[in-house]
Amino acid sequence: MKRSELISRLLIITGILLTIGAPLYLWKSTPLIHAQMSEEGGWTPDTIKAEVGEPLHLQFTSDDVMHGFAVGQLDMESVDIEPGKVADVTLTFEKPGIYTFFCTRWCGVNHWRMRGTIEVTGTSSAGEDLPLDIPLYVSLGLDIDAPHESPVVPEMQPSAVHGRTRAENLDLANLIEPALYKASSPYQIFQQLDSTALLETEEWDVVAYIWQTNTTPESLANGRELYAQNCAACHGESGAGDGVFADDMAAAGKASMESMNSSIESMMQTPANFTDPKRVLGARPAILQGKILRGGMGTGMPMWGSIFTEEQIWDLVAYLYSFQFEYEE
Amino acid sequence: MAKIELTRNRFIKNLLMNRYPQLAVFFVMLVGYIFAIHAGLIGTPVGSHNFSIVFVWIAWWAILILIAVPFFGRGWCAVCPIPLPAEWLQRGAVLAPPEKKPRWLNLRWPKALRNIWLQNISFLLLALFSSVLLTTPNITGIALAVMLFGAIGLSTIFERRAFCRYLCPVGGFIGIYAQTAPIELRIKDKQVCASCVGKPCYNGSAAGYGCPWDVFPGGLTKNTYCGLCMECIRTCPHDNIAVNLRPFSADLAKPSTRMDEAFKAFIMFGSAMIYAGVLLGPWGALKDAAYNVGTGAWFVYAAVFLAIIFGILPGAFSLGLLKGNNNIPFRQRFASLSTALIPLGLMFWVAFSLSFVMTNASYIMAALSDPLGLGWNLFGTANMAWQPMLTTLLAPAQTLALVGGLIWSARTAQKAANEVRVSSIPLIGYCFAATAFMLWLLL
Repeated sequence: MKRSELISRLLIITGILLTIGAPLYLWKSTPLIHAQMSEEGGWTPDTIKAEVGEPLHLQFTSDDVMHGFAVGQLDMESVDIEPGKVADVTLTFEKPGIYTFFCTRWCGVNHWRMRGTIEVTGTSSAGEDLPLDIPLYVSLGLDIDAPHESPVVPEMQPSAVHGRTRAENLDLANLIEPALYKASSPYQIFQQLDSTALLETEEWDVVAYIWQTNTTPESLANGRELYAQNCAACHGESGAGDGVFADDMAAAGKASMESMNSSIESMMQTPANFTDPKRVLGARPAILQGKILRGGMGTGMPMWGSIFTEEQIWDLVAYLYSFQFEYEE
Repeated sequence: MAKIELTRNRFIKNLLMNRYPQLAVFFVMLVGYIFAIHAGLIGTPVGSHNFSIVFVWIAWWAILILIAVPFFGRGWCAVCPIPLPAEWLQRGAVLAPPEKKPRWLNLRWPKALRNIWLQNISFLLLALFSSVLLTTPNITGIALAVMLFGAIGLSTIFERRAFCRYLCPVGGFIGIYAQTAPIELRIKDKQVCASCVGKPCYNGSAAGYGCPWDVFPGGLTKNTYCGLCMECIRTCPHDNIAVNLRPFSADLAKPSTRMDEAFKAFIMFGSAMIYAGVLLGPWGALKDAAYNVGTGAWFVYAAVFLAIIFGILPGAFSLGLLKGNNNIPFRQRFASLSTALIPLGLMFWVAFSLSFVMTNASYIMAALSDPLGLGWNLFGTANMAWQPMLTTLLAPAQTLALVGGLIWSARTAQKAANEVRVSSIPLIGYCFAATAFMLWLLL
């Protein structure tokens, strides 16, 4: 064989092997976490391991639409993951445990299913772990799945401003107690106000006032923000259960119910309507907190306990009542 | 108009005679092609950020349809990487002289298939799946690999470049549109070829390989089947091969009478219009139907697509030919007059391609810096935002292409109509109506 032929062949073969090998090597050595809509597989991988105190460097890419990344219970800005691009984030965990990461962009009807876990091992660098709190609804022995409709609803929207004036002549000391607020529905407090000389609408105003005293403008603002980011996709911005995904969820729920040969139709997947006074005024804060914490078994309502902090959930609960009560600005 | 023989220039002649410049280009092309397959298969599934989609369907297509075909005819085929591994394996060599005995089966291509019908079919197959093919990197990667390995497979069974000549989905239309290009490879003197012993240009010699495209250069009258591989320049013992600069559309003066080529013209002409409607039009349901391959809507889309190309367009075209009361057979009239659709079809594709190339060209820079979507930034252009280019020039450029195409095809129609003694007026009317429709679709 002539030298020119030999060199040409060697060059071509080397070129081909390098073109195949080099990208494959580089591709393998860049472990990207792929984000896709839940129907297509969600996060891949969806389990990540980390060590306490060791910086965890993660690289994400989206294979379809815009997604976002955030870790529950952690004070971090969510990171946007654009299709075909790579987003970087570095996290350091102070405590061991299983953390939940989740999508922060409304990517599709199953957006809320897009979750994964980070298993952090090692010993805590932030002091002793606190014992886990038992959720309030458990210690109160409440069945959060039982119907809790208020048999009576106000004729007009209860106003905390009016309630404050009415309350001036009342002794509400034991009704304003936070523990009572968390454990009682507005309807139950309304009933307790029966002994007063107030009209029904006035009683509801006082209830609104009591609810306002159990929160702060900061909490409500925080709750509003959390709601807009995480809840409005299904429950709707106005709280009416008519978010952008509500129809799709109802359709999906109906289909899954039918496939189970059940007569229950789309009810299971219909997002709760917070503008319905029966529903909200009959709900104790502990029940709403429990529902957010645990999620709705068998419904589309996700479990938020691994994502929101205790404080964030109470802020959300306070905000939910603002769909019924008119608070002071 | 006179022709200018480019190969008289010593530099050009040497550049074409020498194997190394071509080999260097081949090397780059082949590496790029394999990388495109690879990127399609392992890179990001997001088409607009994947090298395979951006480089094949935006960059390559733009170069092919806006520059290579109109100005260089089969110039792309001269550097195309797809047949290279096949050819090297078939010859058992990259540069060395051909072996006396063929390595593989080396069969002749079946006579019944010695036409471009298979290319018509392969193009239509790609066309019907194009919405998915053009946007899904792994499908593009698979399609590119199928062509590469298909060419290798065919080269072990049949002689020469059977894939290029009879199967390549783009080779067919490049061939018919190459007739309009201002460049050609031809012999200088017929007598020299007639008296040449052994015809090394076709049969090969120590100086090089016999025509890979199965063409005897001595008989070349049009560009359609000459792949500009330059092998005959190297093998001709009499220096009788020239590469000429010539007027545009020189080959169209002698209209083809072949039905496969006539229908190729209709396929290209029709699919340019359908593509403009599907890919650039405002009809969401149409886009969905084209994209959701295998669904009922897609089958309807495919049926309508084929009905337009094989029924409506040729049907309306034939109406203008019925009157021609002469003894030239209808088939011959049909095939000859379809020549008029070649310049118009090419300009339809130019106008259509300008639209999506200028809209999407900005993806090229981003894909260059991060070809696999792994977060690289090789040239600092990875984060360049999507930005349609030269938007103010787009509509005037498209109008110019379409109106220019209409005038060009009207002149071609007059010549073709004279050849077969029919009136050119219905044909010009037909071209006018199609151009108006295309203008409406694009603007």
